[in-house]
Amino acid sequence: MPIIPVNYYIFLSLALFAIGIVGVLTRRNAIIIFMCIELMLNAVNILLVAFSKMHHVAAFALDKTTTVGTEAQLFVFFIMVVAAAEVTVGLAIIVMLYRNIHSVDINFLNRLKH
Amino acid sequence: MHITEILFWILTALALFSALMVVSSDNPVHSVLWLILVFMAITGHYILMNAQFLAIVNMIVYAGAIMVLFLFVIMFMNLNKDSEPQKSVWLRLAAVVSGGSLLLILVAALKDNGGYINSMKGEGSIGLIKNLGNTLFTEYVVPFEISSILFLSAMVGAVVLGKKESSTPAA
Repeated sequence: MPIIPVNYYIFLSLALFAIGIVGVLTRRNAIIIFMCIELMLNAVNILLVAFSKMHHVAAFALDKTTTVGTEAQLFVFFIMVVAAAEVTVGLAIIVMLYRNIHSVDINFLNRLKH
Repeated sequence: MHITEILFWILTALALFSALMVVSSDNPVHSVLWLILVFMAITGHYILMNAQFLAIVNMIVYAGAIMVLFLFVIMFMNLNKDSEPQKSVWLRLAAVVSGGSLLLILVAALKDNGGYINSMKGEGSIGLIKNLGNTLFTEYVVPFEISSILFLSAMVGAVVLGKKESSTPAA
């Protein structure tokens, strides 16, 4: 019987999240920054599904008809819904940005500083 | 070593390598393609954890719809060239150090978690669409309807933002 500690999933999720943060901090292309934010959202989704599975397995050992863990998977579903809405608005903002300054380089977005 | 563990390590390596390539590749189109590979690896993880509905939704919504939208915008703006201006070396080094220290601290804080994910015979029906749909349309029907309003407002917002501005700028 395969047993995977939930720690491994935590570490995988944290590594993906950290890579997303490094991408947000290092890149200057607004689209790639946006993609790194999507990467961080997905890291959180993995963690939610892993915890759902962990609790379900623990409850299933006692009761064969349990549905513990359904809520976490629905949360992941709603996160995906919100991410889809966020991507449409975000890409519309990037397109508007490109139309105004003819670039997606975020270093040109310093007008609020002056 | 069981086949599940082998698949877990293969998918983990694939996800981490592809995520590093997303961050480090110069061409934005290559970044999108690597990100699709990350989402495919994550879909594999969902299947390993018996979350079949989420695996399919992840595949269709993320790897299908959202990434095609990114690719469409990149090609629409003609950004598929390698000459992106880079931040200075010190700034990038500081970013890597801060991200690495965040990873280090979170790993150190969470490494003593003692849960296990094991697969039992006959288990694995909560990830199916029957159970999820039943819960979604009974207990979570109000958030579901509110999310439709969210989509409507996102659609209106995207149209308003993407609309061509009139010749006389307001204010």
